[in-house]
Amino acid sequence: MANLNIEFLGLTLKNPFVLASGILGTSPSLMERCAREGAGAITSKSCGPGPRTGHENPVALAWEGGVINAIGLTNPGASEEVPLLRQTKKRLAAQGVPLFASIFAPTLEQFGEVARVIAEAEPDLIEVNISCPNVASEFGTPFSASASSAAAVTREVRRAVNLPVSVKLAPNVPDIGGIAQAVAEEGADAITAINTMPAMLIDPYAGKPVLKNRAGGLSGPALKPIALRCVAEIAQRVSLPIIGTGGISNGLDAAEMLMVGASLVGVGSAIWRDGPSAFGRIAGELKAFMDHEGYDKLEDFRGRTIR
Amino acid sequence: MNQEGLFTVYRVKSVRVENQTTRSLIFNAPMAGVQPGQYVMAWLPEIGEKPFSISGDDPLALTVADVGPVSHALSRLKAGERVWVRGPLGRGFSLVSDSHLLVGGGYGAAPLSLLANRARGYGHRVSVALGARNKSDLLMWDSFEGMGCQVILATEDGSMGIKGLVTDALEKACADWQPEAIYACGPMGMLLAVAAFARAKKLPAQLSFEALIRCGIGLCGSCELPEAICLELGIPSGFLVCHDGPVAMVS
Repeated sequence: MANLNIEFLGLTLKNPFVLASGILGTSPSLMERCAREGAGAITSKSCGPGPRTGHENPVALAWEGGVINAIGLTNPGASEEVPLLRQTKKRLAAQGVPLFASIFAPTLEQFGEVARVIAEAEPDLIEVNISCPNVASEFGTPFSASASSAAAVTREVRRAVNLPVSVKLAPNVPDIGGIAQAVAEEGADAITAINTMPAMLIDPYAGKPVLKNRAGGLSGPALKPIALRCVAEIAQRVSLPIIGTGGISNGLDAAEMLMVGASLVGVGSAIWRDGPSAFGRIAGELKAFMDHEGYDKLEDFRGRTIR
Repeated sequence: MNQEGLFTVYRVKSVRVENQTTRSLIFNAPMAGVQPGQYVMAWLPEIGEKPFSISGDDPLALTVADVGPVSHALSRLKAGERVWVRGPLGRGFSLVSDSHLLVGGGYGAAPLSLLANRARGYGHRVSVALGARNKSDLLMWDSFEGMGCQVILATEDGSMGIKGLVTDALEKACADWQPEAIYACGPMGMLLAVAAFARAKKLPAQLSFEALIRCGIGLCGSCELPEAICLELGIPSGFLVCHDGPVAMVS
């Protein structure tokens, strides 16, 4: 019987599936539920320097290719978040599931400040979200847009905390491999790729975008081929472990993501159909695939496509 | 379920005034595959989007209380005007016997009217206990009577029915009509009282919760039922009202 255990930055996960940041928010009980339903690790929703209520409705819709959303970084602010994360970490530890804490900030300096505050909760990793596509009107061009700005944020967070750091990259750049390399050179421990793809859906009868924010982030099945290409490119350029995220909806999708070099596999929009029980389903499907192909462990085929 | 689609455009066919703040919009077309207790997201492109429980499915009907910008705009719509709707969403009520007691507090009457309609269509016995602050806040009791339900009313000021809370009407209805299952929609305090009553009487109960619903597809986490409520009701914690609910079974 296939074994889904995987080593990641000194942690042993029972499977490679990570709740992607932004899904189900920052509630300890919801993150615990995902662990109970089979997630190997949990990422909390991005937390910034102060509280944000987020955008007005409509904020998310399902469509034939997946989901589009512009929630707008709803979060309670870093200092309010710390006790929530502490409580979450304790609950997840009881199930042997690590906690990754996602952070964002509007300025370089604030990335360091938020990281320092969040580090008090001692998450197992800090994921640095430099690529939210839905706040450009407030924050300007995301730091993920160029190698130099991505590197600058990495340096700032690296200086601020001693915890492992993963930097979350955007797909809409000409050279994601180059950006990953710049981030690696500044001391990142891992890369998370990718964030959602900036997109727009129009209602023709209304003659308007369906999201109140007009544009949003595209996720779900439509994003998968884009994510696979990005992860393959990063894996060929840097030796850091990659949290491969984007459109993973079933066990075969997960196998593909591992084959292009991901160490862990983010799951987000897939929860739309079956709720958090998607974790158990996808893990079961991946196991069935491995048994069918005669793989005993993930390392038997991880990176196979890019070797 | 029509979860794949984006919005479907409906036109208002007629408007029924329920009371001074509440109107039912009756649309020009049915909504397929509705389970009573499910909800839709209704969008007015210039104004915003909010969740509404489905009070009728053939044709689609939404009962709207004028409490905020979206519901205000909806309640001013006239015949012929358009509303963008996605749904049906979430999980609704399941009829678990053939003798039902429906308990509604205030606006909670709206989804129960579709449930009553469905159960009466199967020839089931349906009794209804409704409560509100006063006579003018009591909703849809005449519609329930029109469907052949036994109805008992309670108002806090005694202006109609018995003077007291809906739970007083619930006790009387239960004693008089001996239902086999309870279905409730209303404010949290009422739902907790109904659950406690059902537990004491060893009756299965289904409760429909109200929550801040944003995404409507189980992804954003805004609508989580507070953990203390889950513990009190014996529901696994992390209950998403928009996806796991709005209806939860308790016993």
